[in-house]
Amino acid sequence: MSRNLFDKQSGAGANPLGMAVLSPALWLALLFVQLEKRPQPSKAMAYATPVLAVVLTMIFGGVLFAVLGKDPLQAITTIFWEPIFGEFAFFYRPQLLIKGAPLVLIAIGLALGFKAGIWNIGAEGQYIVGAICGAGAGLAFYPAESVLIFPLMVLAGALGGWAWAMIPGLLKVKFGTNEILVSLMLVYVAEQLLASMSLGLLKNPEGFGFPGSRNLQQYPSAHNAEIITGTGMHWGVVAALIAVIFAYVLLTRHSLGFAIRVTGEAPRAAKFGGVNPGRLVLFCLGISGLLAGLAGMFEVSGPSGQISIDFNVGYGFTAIIVAFLGRLNPLGIVAAGLLMALTYIGGDIAQSQLGLPAAAIQVFQGMLLFFLLALDVLTNYRVRFGKGETA
Amino acid sequence: MDLSAINPILLVAAMIAAATPILLAAIGELVVERAGVLNLGVEGMMITGAVCGFIITVNTGSPTVGFIAAAIGGAVLSLLFAFLTQVALANQVASGLALTLFGLGLSALMGQSYVGIKPPRTESTPLGSLADIPVIGPIVFGHDLIVYLGLAIVAATWATLKFTRAGLVLRAVGENHDAAHALGYKVKRIRTLAIMFGGACAGLGGAYISLIRVPQWTEGMTAGVGWIALALVVFASWKPWRVLLGAYLFGGITQLQLNLQGAGVAIPVEYLAMSPYIVTIIVLVILSADKSRAPGSLGRTFHASG
Repeated sequence: MSRNLFDKQSGAGANPLGMAVLSPALWLALLFVQLEKRPQPSKAMAYATPVLAVVLTMIFGGVLFAVLGKDPLQAITTIFWEPIFGEFAFFYRPQLLIKGAPLVLIAIGLALGFKAGIWNIGAEGQYIVGAICGAGAGLAFYPAESVLIFPLMVLAGALGGWAWAMIPGLLKVKFGTNEILVSLMLVYVAEQLLASMSLGLLKNPEGFGFPGSRNLQQYPSAHNAEIITGTGMHWGVVAALIAVIFAYVLLTRHSLGFAIRVTGEAPRAAKFGGVNPGRLVLFCLGISGLLAGLAGMFEVSGPSGQISIDFNVGYGFTAIIVAFLGRLNPLGIVAAGLLMALTYIGGDIAQSQLGLPAAAIQVFQGMLLFFLLALDVLTNYRVRFGKGETA
Repeated sequence: MDLSAINPILLVAAMIAAATPILLAAIGELVVERAGVLNLGVEGMMITGAVCGFIITVNTGSPTVGFIAAAIGGAVLSLLFAFLTQVALANQVASGLALTLFGLGLSALMGQSYVGIKPPRTESTPLGSLADIPVIGPIVFGHDLIVYLGLAIVAATWATLKFTRAGLVLRAVGENHDAAHALGYKVKRIRTLAIMFGGACAGLGGAYISLIRVPQWTEGMTAGVGWIALALVVFASWKPWRVLLGAYLFGGITQLQLNLQGAGVAIPVEYLAMSPYIVTIIVLVILSADKSRAPGSLGRTFHASG
């Protein structure tokens, strides 16, 4: 199953006739379009496609909102303008950091793997386990106060996420098991573990029987408080920035980053070049699990405050979109993470002000990934007009 | 704990029903993968089928129309994947993930006003009197039509792949798309059709969950069945009959843990609920040693050289 999934075939002259049913206009357009492989991926297109994808998503998202009976222009401005420049922007701007930090943290790790063709799809699970381990480590000392407790929780969260990602990693290296399926299965296992923890081991003994742990926001030694009040800047944001710099240096300056890039582009060449594929799998999965675990830990000790059954909100999956939207590039991921955070916040506002369903934002985010993938063809291929040869 | 509350005959009958959604989704994906395409969007197509089938059944009152709508819904969604991978030549892994994320959101959006509604009952025993035979009756004859449809699709897929020209062409495209192209077969068209077949099967499987298994609509109700179906295709070494075997194994585990939950076994519910996923991982580990049976062009993008 894992055989050369990521080799792009080269060649020229597509046969677009096969895909005919999508829409008549598209169908007509495709008849006269021919794809020609670029000798080198276009740099300009690589930068232009994410922007183009966002614009297209806004247009089609507007259509979607109109279908739902909302004023499309108002919905789009509510989502993209209101949180930053609106009347209550002072309240929403900090949220940008709070929601963006876990997305960036997770996406940075995922991007390293995706670059090398190692697909960790289970960041959501690693995020949950990181949160459970981090919160557990803190609660173990309750109600003792010490400056050492928080660093210990950070360590526990990172280790938890790392260990959870090591399961698909080790299974892939030892047995050749597909890491996509294993890491995803472990999300469901982690969700059950989370339910078990919030109903059992970590349940608040003074919580009147309600599920969920003690609130870490009320436990000073374990609270991931804002570093500067009112900015949304907490330790998770700092960790995300460090991760970005670390990934940037790794990819541009370090031989390991080079090994990652070569493995993604030409696995066989990388092997001949002395890259140990097994070690690379463990590194990429390990680092992405570690970062996802950290994200979970900073979330549970800060913005969310407690382990509860519905603690996870899908950051691990949205981070996949963030990684692609950011072109697997650390700096791009920062921009993409902030944009995604914006859709979360704007979506919340649109939900309360316009009655836009929460799921509409999920569709919106999914759409973005679609357009991005579809437009990516322009990076690697040149579009030529004229009738394509029939295969 | 009271294990005697579990009736073994009813348990086996329920296992077969529990296996059906996995079976349908997996046989569809098997055809897609035999055509050389890896579609990780099974979960998204299933949940879309589940919601389409549910909405249409509630509105028309006919589960049959609902199941047809579910198949169409799944197939239409799969066209998006076909467009991305066959026309825009996008990476199949990423496109499949996009399909799943999009399908989960779309289904939640479509189904939001249908939460908590009971759908019309699907006719449960079309074979009426045969189901009254002791022991064999409930196990073999006591099911709804979709169970038999699932079995029929497996048989038809096996026969088509093994004995017909169409099946041979499909396998050729999956084994070596360049060679198939050189022989004049329309690789992209064949793959698009296979992807649509996979989407329709996944849609049927999803509707089986929302209309018969549960029967209700809740967000994300397929809960990873689509991913288990993907694992099942690997487990089955891309062979139809082994998909059947695997689906019964996984259906059996799902049903058994539900019955154990009901019987009040001393294991906490959450750990029982984990078991199907953990078993999937274990089975993957045991079987992933032999990958020789994977279609040769699986997951590779085809772009014809002129």
